[in-house]
Amino acid sequence: MTRPDDTMQPTLAVEHLRTEFAARGGAVTVVNDISFTVRRGEILGIVGESGSGKSMTAYSIMRLVDAPGCIAGGRVLLNGQDLLGLNEEQMRRVRGNRIAMIFQDPMMTLNPVLRIDTQMIEAVQAHQKVGRAQAREMARAALARVGLPSPEERLLAYPHQFSGGMRQRVAIAIALLNQPDLILCDEPTTALDVTIQGQILHEMQTLCRASGTALVWITHDLAVVAGLADRVCVMYGGRIVESGHVRDVLERPRHPYTAGLIASSPSRNRRGAPLRQIAGAAPPPSELPSGCPFRTRCPHATPVCATMPEADVQDGHMWRCFHPMREPEGAAHG
Amino acid sequence: MDTTLAIAETPLRRFVRRYAASPMAMIGATVLLVLLLAALCAPWIAPQNPYDLAQIDILDARLPPGAHAYSGKMTYVLGTDEQGRDMLSAILYGMRISVLVGVSSTVAALAVGLTLGLLAGYAGGRLEGFLMRVADVQLSFPSILIALILLALLGPGIGKIIVALIAVQWAYYARTARSAALVERRKEYIEAAVGLGLRPARVVFRHLLPNCLPPLIVVAALQVASAISLEATLSFLGLGLPVTEPSLGLLIANGFNYLLSGKYWISLFPGIALLVLIVAINLVADQLRDVLNPRLHMP
Repeated sequence: MTRPDDTMQPTLAVEHLRTEFAARGGAVTVVNDISFTVRRGEILGIVGESGSGKSMTAYSIMRLVDAPGCIAGGRVLLNGQDLLGLNEEQMRRVRGNRIAMIFQDPMMTLNPVLRIDTQMIEAVQAHQKVGRAQAREMARAALARVGLPSPEERLLAYPHQFSGGMRQRVAIAIALLNQPDLILCDEPTTALDVTIQGQILHEMQTLCRASGTALVWITHDLAVVAGLADRVCVMYGGRIVESGHVRDVLERPRHPYTAGLIASSPSRNRRGAPLRQIAGAAPPPSELPSGCPFRTRCPHATPVCATMPEADVQDGHMWRCFHPMREPEGAAHG
Repeated sequence: MDTTLAIAETPLRRFVRRYAASPMAMIGATVLLVLLLAALCAPWIAPQNPYDLAQIDILDARLPPGAHAYSGKMTYVLGTDEQGRDMLSAILYGMRISVLVGVSSTVAALAVGLTLGLLAGYAGGRLEGFLMRVADVQLSFPSILIALILLALLGPGIGKIIVALIAVQWAYYARTARSAALVERRKEYIEAAVGLGLRPARVVFRHLLPNCLPPLIVVAALQVASAISLEATLSFLGLGLPVTEPSLGLLIANGFNYLLSGKYWISLFPGIALLVLIVAINLVADQLRDVLNPRLHMP
């Protein structure tokens, strides 16, 4: 995936990450041999449908996987340091400090009984030795930075006094408080309406570019990735089936699953025509087929797909498929 | 949810408005407030100090309600007991002790049970299994039996009866706190707090605890009543407080022998005071349960 001009050490490098859940009849692998890198100021989109392992990937990076789940292998390198080797206290110092996470539902991620200033001040003081007044000033500045009007008054409010979009801005402001190297966003705009989503996407993009923060944006929405990300990983069945620069992947998809996803998203250019869909439903992680996880739904599958295809790489564009799509077919949509 | 309304109405005001919706609960709260004030101010409002031997006169023993003192200095509105103590004063002072014992043992048991229950619910695993089995074993014994055994071992005294009541009550709070913690810790704001890198103690006590409180407040309000009646029971049986510090239960016990000889007032009036106190607490607790139940008031 490395391009010749990228000699700098990546902010985040995930190498062969595996996360399993203990279940009756053996472990179920929900994150399977995931590798990707994100550099300073870069935005990586991770796309996949429910159950594809995209959220679990973020939780694994944060080491927030609860029992019966566990990280079974691989490395998560943050600025070259393996997070999986840290003890719990060292990891606590990374969370919210070097890596911040923004969750899906802004209604749920703020503590309903604590005022916004309390929650923001404690987030600062968990990682920085600063006084209350100074922490409060940092909180006020962070709220102003994410575009909340009259931040001084907002600090004194409780979460229930905010709308969904404002709460997500507060969550983003909290994530920005300690100037993290990396922000993991787990579908943070899914619960918001489209106009607010557009504003927040734009602001996040601007903030990350300005501060050099690396951003991992997890979503099921290809349109969000198209407008926001530099590079994209497409996940299916716990694996990355295709990755590369957003333009390459979206305009010239090589994996049949990516092509199917693109074909099944609504578009202005094909108004009135019935939406194409991928046949069947994604199997639960415990019932994935051997080899290529997509082969049971894939129109091009042949017996050879029962073994896992190796990654093909071309100009930073990676795919895992024995029968990659020809360019014209994928380029039909753009 | 209407944002403007939410901003105009603080959580406290909303709580008061919902509480005041029930007239019975308001009566309960008023009665409780009057009783608590009377108990608290007993040294200033009671006609005499029933423990000051200089103020009581054995010649006034077992006078019926409304009788005048031998010295002519005062009227015994509720009569006197076998030592010539004014029953009204004794009840006020007795209620003071009953409330003190009930409230302090409940608060202490709440603190112990809440801490252990939160730890069990948050940490899970072996600690949870151990704590909850201990609570289960304890709850399988009648509370009066445990209290009797403890008091037999410890001897009488206010501190000791409080210890016994804590030992009897903590398990209720631990179980309630654990079940609340199990629900709350799966919510995203706890995950988010851990994700912020807050220290575990802070996550538990600052984020988890306040959100687990509502069901515990209800249990505690009801437990105050049961602690007071348990203390009265123990005192009545002669195992509770020493005679020098009579609570309502001991006052009832003192008059018990005279009930059949027509001197009803020595037992009856402390009994009524105890009954009214406990009914008032229960009325308040019932309404608290309704107000604090999130299922009845989705915002």
